Amino acid sequence: MTTTMPEVPGVRESTSPADKPRRVKRGGGVMSSTGLYIATGMAGFFFLVPFYLLIRNALSTDADITGENWKFFPTDIQWGNISELFNDGTVPFAQSLWNSAVVATLHTTGVLLVCSLAGYGLARIPYKHANKVFYAVLGTLMVPTAVTFVPSFVLVSSLGWVDTYRGLIVPGLFSGFTCFLFRQYFLGFPKELEEAARVDGLGYWGAYWRIVVPNSLNFFAAMATITFINGWNSFLWPLVIGQSPDAWTVQVALSNYMTNQTVIFHMIFMATAFSILPLVFVFLFLQRWLVQGIAQTGIKG
Amino acid sequence: MSTTNTRDLARPAPAKASPAKPRRGLRGSPTFNFWLFTGPFLIGLAIFVYAPILWSLWLSFFEARFTVTPDKFVGFDNYTYMLTNDDFVGSLGTFTAFAAFIVPTTWALSLGLALLVNRLRFMRAFFRSVFFLPTACSYVAASLIWKMSIFSGVRFGLMNTVLDWFGIDNIAWLVDPNPPWYWVVIVSARLWLQSGFYMILFIAALQNIPGELYEAAAIDGAKPGWQTFRYITLPQLRATSTAVVLLLLVAAYQAFDEFFNLLSKTTWGRPPLVELYYKALGESQDYGAGSAGAVILTVLICAVTLLQGKFMGFGRGEESK
Repeated sequence: MTTTMPEVPGVRESTSPADKPRRVKRGGGVMSSTGLYIATGMAGFFFLVPFYLLIRNALSTDADITGENWKFFPTDIQWGNISELFNDGTVPFAQSLWNSAVVATLHTTGVLLVCSLAGYGLARIPYKHANKVFYAVLGTLMVPTAVTFVPSFVLVSSLGWVDTYRGLIVPGLFSGFTCFLFRQYFLGFPKELEEAARVDGLGYWGAYWRIVVPNSLNFFAAMATITFINGWNSFLWPLVIGQSPDAWTVQVALSNYMTNQTVIFHMIFMATAFSILPLVFVFLFLQRWLVQGIAQTGIKG
Repeated sequence: MSTTNTRDLARPAPAKASPAKPRRGLRGSPTFNFWLFTGPFLIGLAIFVYAPILWSLWLSFFEARFTVTPDKFVGFDNYTYMLTNDDFVGSLGTFTAFAAFIVPTTWALSLGLALLVNRLRFMRAFFRSVFFLPTACSYVAASLIWKMSIFSGVRFGLMNTVLDWFGIDNIAWLVDPNPPWYWVVIVSARLWLQSGFYMILFIAALQNIPGELYEAAAIDGAKPGWQTFRYITLPQLRATSTAVVLLLLVAAYQAFDEFFNLLSKTTWGRPPLVELYYKALGESQDYGAGSAGAVILTVLICAVTLLQGKFMGFGRGEESK
């Protein structure tokens, strides 16, 4: 962007007061900032098109969607599509939404509990073999979880967990990556706080729950948000485990809409909209933590 | 649940232990606490991560069709079978090419978006959200929008409508592998889904670059724009770039969701995982060959990861600083 306006910022730079150096230097002139907004706006437009199509199609009739001429907006907004979706008997969509909610929530709770404890133990509790244990955890990062889905499926099916919440949730709880992120985070947690707790007579367990966790809520919220999104959006494992329609998560249900013999466009898109809606709320209300969390993981990662 | 636990455990402690020696007894022993904290995770890791990996290794040396407790040892037959299987080897090759293309592209796009957003003064949060919002969508949802609306092969698909405005004939995006238009569909869906996430990483990294570096560069006569980007921004982003490329690589080889959904019932463009899915869980239920394929894929991913680590240094320079 600035390559087109090399002179102006340089001149400004040398004369500007030091109070806002970054802004002035990177800002450029009016011209370059117009270009900047045009470029960003165009990119933003392309990023929003799929959402626009989703909403347009979800609230249209099939005649509008497949019609001769392109319609930018539905002729009549079809709110009735919502009730049609939930009253449709061919795919148990409401059930799949509920399954996804249960699975994603329990998945998040479990991952946070198990991985944070382990991360803290690895980061802060002195033990002579702690390094070996840590390498055993790191080693699992080399083997992508998706690759082991065949043996995992075999294991879970021999436990009789196919088509159950247990089968959907439990195998995914032991994320080496999340554990690693928690360890990295706890390594940077101020030691003084824990030492103070120790002086006050708390053991590791007490210090963890009373001092460390309450002071790490931001990080926990960030990890929770990311874990929830991943849990809600995961597809391969639920596809493998959820064999009967009652155990489908919303992603599997969507996938089935796509391969159905009869394609009812407005219903498929309404279903997709409902599958995204919960996460849009998560994004609206938790974006701050989410951004923080991603940023923290990236810098450490 | 946390509150009850803490009270039970924490209350007796002050009474028993004097402040000077707080770590006495089992409850204070570091070794006991280490296992208390890591135990649940490690047990789960052993059962649900290590056991499947080892079981898979074991299965890969046996003839295991329709059974997971085989008794016919076949040595490396499953491996030779998979490595001479054109579908599987072809998909490994295709996906190495796919990774070689999608990784730099996503890297460049997310960095570009980060640079744009980072320089905005107004509506910065708005645009950040716009680019970030696709992260909320699953690959399945995106596949559906792409397949049914944007790249629908019929006349009312968005792309075909737009092409029609310019007088270009409809393109069968997904149902015809010649020419392979389906890559346009897959790549654009993946870029849309992934870029926002990595953009956030880059924005965070950009904001961590000390402003003094730019001041110093300006004093030394570096022109803002390409020069500062090339000699300050890019090197400062090295650690983040390494992490992003690593994550992208692993994700590319593990591609499954959108291929499974976009190209269902087709025989082209199958990534390794889709091949394995049909091999192991399809009609033949060949767990032995499926496991051998999984091992091969794992080895390949590890090799590529290590190679990348060697070239980009795993951000080691950052740590030693």
